Amino acid sequence: MNGALLHPSRGVRALAAAAALFLLAPLLVVVPISLTDQTYLSLPQEGVSLAHYQALWTDPEWLSAFGQSAWIACVATLLATSAGTFCALGCWRLGGRLSAGIRALMVLPAVIPPVVYALGIYRLWIDLKLLDTYTGVIIAHGLMGMPYVLITVSAALSGFDRRLEEAAAGLGAGPVRRLRFIVLPIIAPGIVSGALLAFMTSWDELIVVLFIASRRIVTLPRQIWDGINDDLDPSIAAVAVLLIALSAALLLADQMLRRRAA
Amino acid sequence: MRRLSASTKVAGLALAAPALLMLLAFYLVPVGRVLALSFTDPRPGLDNYALLFTSSAIQAVLLATVRICLITTAIAVPLGYAMAYVIVTGSQRMRTFLLFGVLLPLWVSALARSFVWVTLLQRRGLINQWLQGAGLIDEPLPLIWNQFGVVVGMVHYMIPYAALPLIAVMSGIDLKLVEAARGMGASKGRAFRAVFLPLSMPGIAASALLVLILTFGFYTTPAILGGGRVMMIAQYITTQILVLPRWGVGAMLAVLLVAVTVALLGLLARFFDPAHMRPERP
Repeated sequence: MNGALLHPSRGVRALAAAAALFLLAPLLVVVPISLTDQTYLSLPQEGVSLAHYQALWTDPEWLSAFGQSAWIACVATLLATSAGTFCALGCWRLGGRLSAGIRALMVLPAVIPPVVYALGIYRLWIDLKLLDTYTGVIIAHGLMGMPYVLITVSAALSGFDRRLEEAAAGLGAGPVRRLRFIVLPIIAPGIVSGALLAFMTSWDELIVVLFIASRRIVTLPRQIWDGINDDLDPSIAAVAVLLIALSAALLLADQMLRRRAA
Repeated sequence: MRRLSASTKVAGLALAAPALLMLLAFYLVPVGRVLALSFTDPRPGLDNYALLFTSSAIQAVLLATVRICLITTAIAVPLGYAMAYVIVTGSQRMRTFLLFGVLLPLWVSALARSFVWVTLLQRRGLINQWLQGAGLIDEPLPLIWNQFGVVVGMVHYMIPYAALPLIAVMSGIDLKLVEAARGMGASKGRAFRAVFLPLSMPGIAASALLVLILTFGFYTTPAILGGGRVMMIAQYITTQILVLPRWGVGAMLAVLLVAVTVALLGLLARFFDPAHMRPERP
């Protein structure tokens, strides 16, 4: 298809490559910084050191932040994935204008700027006394993750041939069996893809946590935020490297899922 | 399937119900309640909205927000266009590299990416060190905690979002049309301007609108790289609520954010069916 006639000129290729370098190079620069032997953000001077990674491993604050974020993100993902998947299945059954309306409402948490949500949930949690609790953060993050699950599962369902389910019904399979053995296996990649996005939404979320958590709940983004505003210690660079590596791993996982789904 | 339709409808609603109820209780109602405060706090009326015309602090914040939105869009969209163009028409190797460049940053948190820019741009940061080491400057350049730093961070965040709708639209363009123009004697530039560019216009519109929407309400990157000296609307709202607190003013600006976002989304829907776009990252 890409005949030589259309091949982009050298100037355009150079511009595109420069943009890609601008996007990627800064993400690589933190690696040497995280290995610095100094106590401030810099490249290694005398030699490389793992001291800042070691600090993460021994500092109770960083450890607790990792643990809290992982726990909150896992439970919020479970919440978002189950509710979002059922909602997508429901919309798929309903079809038509009603399902379009439901979908439009359900994506709001993903399109309205999160600072607006932060105000709303902050005020509600003041009234319900859920500020600075796991329950409070998990519900908020679950809500923010649901739209992504709905979108990915709906996309998986849109490629689904309804006749398969009708055939199973004709052979006497009840709704639960049809869901378990026909529908779920086919949309599984969409569910996992949505779950990954929901997980990352919670794992990276900052602004809502700034409002609804303070002392007891300090998630990883909050801990990084405080670190950036305080002393810019190189251990933040070590965290950033770990986060970037995790993102790369999840990106690869997601790409593999999409390939399998396609 | 037809004979199942009545029970199908009930089953469909029942399946959607838990998510809808959660959305109602924990999203729509609390957000609606807060937005309503813009008309009632501290007293009923439109006083909070009058501030848009009288408060120079709010006007400065809105001006800075709009300026950064426009600059970011003006830089991110052309770069995203170049990347998308090469991804769609270039060689396989280029394509893999550029796709990685678009996708990886989408998965890295705004916080980590802003931090990376702090290490590069700050007074004793790598860029100033390199420039000084090379003898190009004597004093460190002020690269951060000003508009320049915010724009660098925002452009870095937004290029992938600018590229995604462009890739989607360009992949749908029949490249044979461009080849036909070439075959009939159009120069490379002419074929691009007369055929490819107009066909990619919906992508450009969608890309610009998406970047505007996301930049307008963005919190993390401007808050870190602006250092409090460049204040955008989301950060200003946060200060109104968490520091002062002035709920009425914060809620009024939240209404403004929602209104602008919804208006831009409406425009976006005209140019672009979001179903064609793969959800990548929040």
